[in-house]
Amino acid sequence: MVTADATRPAYGPILGTLESEAIEILREGVATAERPVMLYSIGKDSSVLLHLARKAFWPAPVPVPLLHIDTTWKFREMIAFRDRTAAELGLDLRVHTNKEGLRAGVNLFDHGSAHYTDVMKTQALRQALDAGRYDVVFGGARRDEERSRAKERVFSLRNRAHQWEPRTQRPEIWNLYNTRVRPGESLRVSPLSNWTEGDVWRYIAAEEIPVVPLYFAKERPVVERDGGLILVDDGRMRLRPGETPVVRRVRFRTLGCYPLSAAVESDADTVEAILAETIGADRSERHGRLIDHDGEASMERKKREGYF
Amino acid sequence: MLPPLRLVLCGSVDDGKSTLIGRLLHECRAVFEDQFQAVEQASRRYGTQGDDADLALLMDGLQAEREQGITIDVAYRRFETPRRQFFVADAPGHEQYTRNMATGASTAGLAVVLVDADKGVIPQTARHSRIAGMLGIRHVVLAVNKMDRVGWDQARFDAIAAAYRAVARETGITKTQAIPISALHGDNVTNRDGQTAWYSGPTLLDHLETVEIAPPAEGQPFRMPVQYVNRPNSDFRGYCGRIAAGAVAPGDRVRVFPSGAETEVERIVVWQGERQRAQRGDSITLVLKEERDVSRGDVIAAADDPVKVADQFQARLLWMGDAPLVVGRPYLLKLHTRETGVTVTRIKHREDVMDGRARPAATLGLNDIGSVNLATDRPLPFTPYDENRTLGGFVLLDRRTGTTVGAGMIRFPLMRAANLRRQDFEVTREIRARAKGQRARCLWLTGLSGSGKSTIANLLEKRLTAEGRHTYVLDGDNVRHGLNRDLGFTEADRVENIRRVAEVARLMVDAGLIVIVAFISPFRADRDHARRRFEPADFREIFVDAPLATCEARDPKGLYARARRGEVKNFTGIDSPYEPPDAPDLRLDAGAESPERCVERVLDSLE
Repeated sequence: MVTADATRPAYGPILGTLESEAIEILREGVATAERPVMLYSIGKDSSVLLHLARKAFWPAPVPVPLLHIDTTWKFREMIAFRDRTAAELGLDLRVHTNKEGLRAGVNLFDHGSAHYTDVMKTQALRQALDAGRYDVVFGGARRDEERSRAKERVFSLRNRAHQWEPRTQRPEIWNLYNTRVRPGESLRVSPLSNWTEGDVWRYIAAEEIPVVPLYFAKERPVVERDGGLILVDDGRMRLRPGETPVVRRVRFRTLGCYPLSAAVESDADTVEAILAETIGADRSERHGRLIDHDGEASMERKKREGYF
Repeated sequence: MLPPLRLVLCGSVDDGKSTLIGRLLHECRAVFEDQFQAVEQASRRYGTQGDDADLALLMDGLQAEREQGITIDVAYRRFETPRRQFFVADAPGHEQYTRNMATGASTAGLAVVLVDADKGVIPQTARHSRIAGMLGIRHVVLAVNKMDRVGWDQARFDAIAAAYRAVARETGITKTQAIPISALHGDNVTNRDGQTAWYSGPTLLDHLETVEIAPPAEGQPFRMPVQYVNRPNSDFRGYCGRIAAGAVAPGDRVRVFPSGAETEVERIVVWQGERQRAQRGDSITLVLKEERDVSRGDVIAAADDPVKVADQFQARLLWMGDAPLVVGRPYLLKLHTRETGVTVTRIKHREDVMDGRARPAATLGLNDIGSVNLATDRPLPFTPYDENRTLGGFVLLDRRTGTTVGAGMIRFPLMRAANLRRQDFEVTREIRARAKGQRARCLWLTGLSGSGKSTIANLLEKRLTAEGRHTYVLDGDNVRHGLNRDLGFTEADRVENIRRVAEVARLMVDAGLIVIVAFISPFRADRDHARRRFEPADFREIFVDAPLATCEARDPKGLYARARRGEVKNFTGIDSPYEPPDAPDLRLDAGAESPERCVERVLDSLE
């Protein structure tokens, strides 16, 4: 064990408070859960959450298994990063794919993003949670991402079918989190609830947390589609008539399935440059998430069906 | 730069809260272009502002909210200006969603209370202010909105501000800044375009950027509730928690409560290292010098200025349950990291929403605030809420559903229990039972009226006595003629009825007797409460199970007939529910089997 006097990194009063709050939430969830699990999506928020979990339980290893819902359409660099991280940190990583969906050949080129997301993400998540009988499910959701998330509790109750009932949320007074569930019910717990995208990047910079290289600007082959830039990550990408990949200097603000994650043109190839870009941004990060635009209130609907 | 400001926006429905926060966010450029476009789109569908963007839709994040044009739940937003960072909770205005307002207010340091210049101070204004004050908020901005609708009338504004100050005074709010605004147009929100030459005070944003909220008093003694015990291997045992008050350093003498054991802080462990000092708000891990039996829910505190421990309290309570509070009914209480069973033993009074005056009350309904006495199953380390929010604020949970039904603030401990110190006698329960040649137990028979409880109890006692056992039967009707003759059949009285019987039965088991209780005891929560009064092996829940039709056909006392005629109210099985045991220790099929056969089965189960 290192015995240097670890004084707080200089990241101002807000990050220090947010970090202590997140650690408190992680410990509360683990202390009261029978079968906790942490959803690991490989993105920057997951990286921060994992880092906080390592801090919260130090010197013990992270006492919670990580669960990745793999749609098989993630960026190749994400999967490489996931496997490297799990190996280096000795994590209990569990990967689940909806096998029926895979067998039925569900993909977003033929079935549309709404159906694809339902089968390969929402249903897959429910399958994995049922199989693991997890009662506390940590995730990296933030309230500033989207307006229905802005309404959600830190400890958010899900019924037996994993559904969120936004009209009857439990009161959440002070930081006294209600952790009681009945058999079959579960809690989605979001330690990063009060963080913003800027906080996440500032924290990544201060703590030197590794993230997937796709967040940093680089020349990459993309096609312009429906107003977004889509990376041609592998040979499965179906080009529409008239589409030709061109190399542009781009980066991603948010990562998901590559055909659904739009890149932005950018020169930001360091965390500092990203921060400068994020603070001056005039579009939200989820703008690059094509599935959020499947209709008014689409995020809320997906959450009610069991999406994180 | 001032520390971040946490504020809650409250007021009644249609006062313009969501519009105001939408306006603030928009003016402070905290709304992304795509989010604003989504609002413009939705405005055409649900908006109330003609062709203008309805800024309320920025905050009303739930579909039901946009469709109905109301706010149901609290929305959290962050924004910043060059001068300050803000955490905003936008609270719903409807009375039925008051608990969500309390959720938003509980973490705030300042409340912006909106009133409509047309309507002035209304009961909902008072209710929200009372809850804000109760939760410890001292600073309020009274934003008198829609001033444009009353022609920026100064007299109107002054009258509302004066009326509000009267309300604020007795709710604990000490600093009120009144500002005339029009949220719709942004006047006096961020700009000074309003026709308010007579108003020389700050705009809303100016005030929020510069108001100073006193932090909790410095120099408080160290307190940390233990949240989690970290024991990765036999060489390391750390106590994890977030410091609730004061500061700590290696070498400090501390005591662990409720046990009171004293020891010393050896190390403060953080990620990949150690620290020489940690303070209020920090999440840390403490390693103590001597191995102590410390667990989640204990409080580690400065040895020379320890916390108090008690099991009876007086508290102020905000009721948030859909069903009213029942005196004597067991609930769960969560205070810092400690969970324990609790009953409200007495409602001292309910507070009038408008004037705060004490009103007599037998119960508290949804959104009521009252003063209550509480008794917990286990002693709690605490401080009064006024001294420390973390160590004095608790929630009550429903035992069956787990939902949060109340939020309370400890005022002071009731010293009764401490004064009546329990005497430890040398002749124990086991010795008394052994002298009688038996194992003392409580056999709790539950079932519908007419299911055969009394008959079985009678036969059972005869058999046991014949075998030389020492027994006693507590029968529902007989006890109601004596010990419980002051109790009726309301829900609170039924709870108290069972509580007393359980207590008497426990004393008798303590005396070494086999006690047979024959009570309908229709509610699961009450039987569970009775069970918890005993050692697990000493309590047998026996379900005397006979169909309602059979019981009604037997009707030994003619009660079913009277209940059907409406002459007896709250009769179990007719107009009051019977909750069958989920997992009784023994179930007797009293509809099909004879009482004699049932007694045999009870005796077999005792072997």
